[in-house]
Amino acid sequence: MPQDVFAPWLDPDAKPIIQFKNVTKRFGDFIAIDDLTIDIYEREFFALLGPSGCGKTTMMRMLAGFETPTEGNILLSGQDMAPVPPNKRAVNMMFQSYALFPHLSVWENIAFGLRRDGMPKDEMAARVDEMLRLTRLEKFARRKPHQISGGQRQRVALARSLAKAPKLLLLDEPLGALDKKLRQETQFELMDIQEKTGTTFVIVTHDQEEAMTVASRVAVMDHGKIVQVATPAEIYETPNSTYVADFIGDVNLIEGKAGEKEGDKLSISWAEGQPDIIGTPQTSFDKGQTIHFAIRPEKVSITHDKPTNPVAFRGKVLDIAYLGNLSTYHVELPNGQIIKAQTANNRRISRRGFTWEDKVWVSWTDTAGVLLEN
Amino acid sequence: MRRFSWFNATSLTLGFAFLYLPMIILIIYSFNASKLVTVWAGFSTKWYGELLRNEAFLDAAWVTIKVAVISSSIATVLGTMAAIVMVRSGRFLGRTLFSGMIYAPLVMPEVITGLSLLLLFIGIGLDRGVLTIVLAHTTFSMCYVSVVVSSRLVSFDQSLEEAALDLGCSPLQAFHLVTLPIIAPAVISGWLLAFTLSLDDLVIASFTSGPSATTLPMKIWSSVRLGVSPEINALSTIMIGIVTIGVITASLVSKSNVARQQREERAAERLSAG
Amino acid sequence: MRRLFLIAVPYIWLLALFLVPFIIVLKIALSDAWLAIPPYVPTLDLSAGWAGLKDFFAGLDFENFVFLTEDDLYWKAYLSSLKIAAISTFFTLLVGYPIAYGMAKAPDEWRPTLLMLVILPFWTSFLIRVYSWMGILSQEGYLNQILMSLGIISEPLIILNTNTAVYIGIVYTYLPFMILPIYSALEKLDASLLEAAEDLGCSRFSAFWLVTIPLSKQGIIAGCFLVFIPTIGEFVIPSLLGGSKTLMIGKVLWEEFFSNRDWPVASAVAVILLLILVIPIILFQRNEQKQREADG
Repeated sequence: MPQDVFAPWLDPDAKPIIQFKNVTKRFGDFIAIDDLTIDIYEREFFALLGPSGCGKTTMMRMLAGFETPTEGNILLSGQDMAPVPPNKRAVNMMFQSYALFPHLSVWENIAFGLRRDGMPKDEMAARVDEMLRLTRLEKFARRKPHQISGGQRQRVALARSLAKAPKLLLLDEPLGALDKKLRQETQFELMDIQEKTGTTFVIVTHDQEEAMTVASRVAVMDHGKIVQVATPAEIYETPNSTYVADFIGDVNLIEGKAGEKEGDKLSISWAEGQPDIIGTPQTSFDKGQTIHFAIRPEKVSITHDKPTNPVAFRGKVLDIAYLGNLSTYHVELPNGQIIKAQTANNRRISRRGFTWEDKVWVSWTDTAGVLLEN
Repeated sequence: MRRFSWFNATSLTLGFAFLYLPMIILIIYSFNASKLVTVWAGFSTKWYGELLRNEAFLDAAWVTIKVAVISSSIATVLGTMAAIVMVRSGRFLGRTLFSGMIYAPLVMPEVITGLSLLLLFIGIGLDRGVLTIVLAHTTFSMCYVSVVVSSRLVSFDQSLEEAALDLGCSPLQAFHLVTLPIIAPAVISGWLLAFTLSLDDLVIASFTSGPSATTLPMKIWSSVRLGVSPEINALSTIMIGIVTIGVITASLVSKSNVARQQREERAAERLSAG
Repeated sequence: MRRLFLIAVPYIWLLALFLVPFIIVLKIALSDAWLAIPPYVPTLDLSAGWAGLKDFFAGLDFENFVFLTEDDLYWKAYLSSLKIAAISTFFTLLVGYPIAYGMAKAPDEWRPTLLMLVILPFWTSFLIRVYSWMGILSQEGYLNQILMSLGIISEPLIILNTNTAVYIGIVYTYLPFMILPIYSALEKLDASLLEAAEDLGCSRFSAFWLVTIPLSKQGIIAGCFLVFIPTIGEFVIPSLLGGSKTLMIGKVLWEEFFSNRDWPVASAVAVILLLILVIPIILFQRNEQKQREADG
C-alpha cells in the first residue's frame, strides 16, 4: 500500500480511536440504534449520512455522552466511555444550533471550555487568539453572538469546540443553517482546519453532497443500522444496495431476472421485446434470481445513430432538464421504462443536439452499471 | 420524552402546596359546625344558610356585581379605543402624555388612586355612591384592557385589514368585519380582567364610595378586621368555587379550540397528500 | 374626524379622572389644613383673574412636607416599607425561582396545566387570599395546632400581627408575579446551551450558574420589580396580617386620611410615595426595554 494514501481502515495494525461494539439504543419501544458495530480511526473525517430519524444524531449524542447505549460498548482509545460524563470526555461537540452563549462575547464563548479546565490566564488568552486566527474571527472577538453573521457564528462554534484540543470533534449538521454558496466555501474551510489541527472529525449530515465533499469515509445509515461504510468514490461507484445507490446521487434502477453467465458477464432479462442488459457482477447470482441493475445517468450515452456499445436501446426524448453545466434527458423506451441520461454541456445551447420527441439511442458499456440483489 | 426530575417534582409539589393549602383549609373549615373557626366540630353547611339570610352581604354582593359589569364594559370600550390609538394612530399632539396616562395607573399604588379620585369627587361636589365607584373602577381597569388588547393588536397582520379595504369595505366595516373578530379573544380577556379587578377591589372602592353603597370586599374587610369568621369562610368558598369553575371552563374551551384546529389542519394535510 | 373621536374619548376620560385628580392631590399637599375639611387655604379663585392666580401660588408652601420630615413616624414608615418590600421580594424570588424552573423543565403536556395553576390564584380575591392566612398563623391557628401536636413546640408561636406574617402574606399573594416572568425566560432557554456547557467541561451545577442564571436574569429582574413596586404601597396585607408595630406607608396614608382626617398630610404622604416609586419604575422600564431589544 502506498504511504501517501490515507486509509488506516485498510491497515490491520491500525488502532481505531472509536469503537462501537454491538451498540443498541432504545427509547421506549423505539429502536434508534440497532446492534451497530463500527471502527473510526485517528485523523479521519468520518461522515454519518442518512435521512432524519435514521439514528445518526443518536450515535453522535452517545459519543458526546448525552445518551448512554442500552446495550453494547463505546470505546474511545480503547477505554469504555459509558461511565464518563460529558464534561469529563476528551470529546467536544459543535451543535446544530451552534448553542453559542448569548450573554457572552465571541472571545468569552471560545474561552468558556478552557476556563473550566483552569488554564492559566495568559496561556488561555494565547489559545483563544490562536483559535480566532484559525477561524479568521480576530475582528469579532468583542462582539456578542447576535452581532455577527450566520457564517461567523458557525466559525465561533467551531473555534469554541476546537479550543480544548479534543481527541474527537463531533459536528451535528454544522452547515445546515448556511445558504448554499457559503456552505460550499465552508466545507473546504472545514477540511482545511481538520487537516491543520489533525483532529478526528465525526460529522452528521443529511446532505449527501456535503458528506461526499468533506469525508474520508462515509457511513450511510438507515433505521438504526449502517448500510455501507466506504470512501465517497466507493459509495458512489459501487453501492452495495439499491438504498445506497438511490440515496447518493441520481440513478437509473432497472429490475430484472438473472440469465446465463458468459465468462465474467451476466445477461439480465428485464422486459418483453427488449434486448437483455449485459452487466459485470461482483457477486454470484443464481439463474432466475431477481436483480436490480443500477446505472448513473452520466454513464448513459445518448446518440442519434446506433452506438457500438454492447447495451443499447431505442427511445424518444420525453423531458429535458437544463442545469447549465449539465443536461439531463429523460428517454422513454417503447415499454414505458424511463432512462435518465446526462451529458456535459460543452457546447452553447443553440447547438444542442437533442430536442423533445427526438428518436435517440441510449447505451452504456457492460462495466458501467452495478448489479444489486435488492 | 421528558420526565420530572426528583428535584423539580419536589419544588413543584411544595410550591403548589404553598399556593393552594391556605385556600383548601379555608374551604374545609367553611363546613365546620363550630363557631370557633379553628376547632373542628363536625360537618355542617349552616354557615352557608346564615350567609344567604344575611341581607347586608346580599346587598353588597348586588352592588359589587352591578359596579363590576358596568365598569368593565365601559372600560373594555375605552381600553380598546385607547389600544387602537396607541398601536395605530401614529404621532399626535400629547401622545407621550397619553401613553403615560395609560401605563401609570398600572403601577400607581391603589391608596393614591383612591385618594386622588376621592378628592376630585369632593372637589366637584359629586355624591359618592355606585356612580363614583364605577367611574373609579373604569379609569384604572381601562388601562389594563388597553395593555391586553394592544399586545394583540401589535401582532395583528395589518394586510388583513388592507385586504378588506381593497375588497370594498369602508374603514369602519373593515374594523367590524375583520379586525374585531380577530382581536375578540383579547377583548374578551380584557373584559374578564377588568371585571375581576373590579370585583376584587377594596382600597379604591373604600375611598370612592359613600354611605349609600358598600361593596362586597368592603363588607368582608370590615368583618375580617375583627378576626376569622365562619361566614366569611363560606363566602370565600363560594367565590373561590366560581372563579375556579370559570377559569377551568375557559381553559378547556380554549384547549378544545386549539385541538380542533390542529385536528382540522391534520385532516386537510391528509386530504391534500392523499 | 373619526380619528379625532377615537383619540379624544379615552384621552379626555384619562385627563379628567387620572391627571386632574392627581393635580388636586399635589395642590392639597401644598395647602394648609383648615379644620381638616375642605375648603383648604388657598382656594383657586379664577374669577379674580391674574391676581387670584398669584395669590393662589403665593399661598402654597411645603409646610406639610416639612411636617413629614419633622415627625419621624413618616420617614420611618417610608424606610420600613422599603425594607419590608425588599425582604419579601427576596423571599418571593427564593420560593418562586425553583417553581418557575420546575415548570420550565416539566414535560410539555404538563405545562399548560401548571401555568393555569399559577394563574388561578390571581383571579381569586386578593382579600380572601390574605385572609386565609389569618386562620393559619393566629395563636390558636392551624399551624400552631400542628406544630404543638407534633411536639415540635410547646408554646404557640406568635406569628400573626408581626412582620413575619406580612412577609408570608406578600410572598404568598405576589408569587405568581415572580414565577411568570422567570418561567417565560427559562422556557425560551435553548436546552442545547446547557449541553454545550457540559460538553465544554461544566458540571450540572456550574452550567446552571454560568448559563441558566445569566440567561434568566431579565426574568428575575422583571419578577423582582413586579413584586417590589406594588408591595411598597401595599395596604391590605400589613393591615390584616401585620401588627401595630408594622409600619408601611400605604397603611399610614389610609390612617392619616380615614382616622386623622388630615387630608393635606395624607396628600403629601402620597406625593412622596410616588417620588419613591419613580426610581424602581424607571429601572423596571429600562429592563423591559433591554429585554425587547434582546428579543428583537
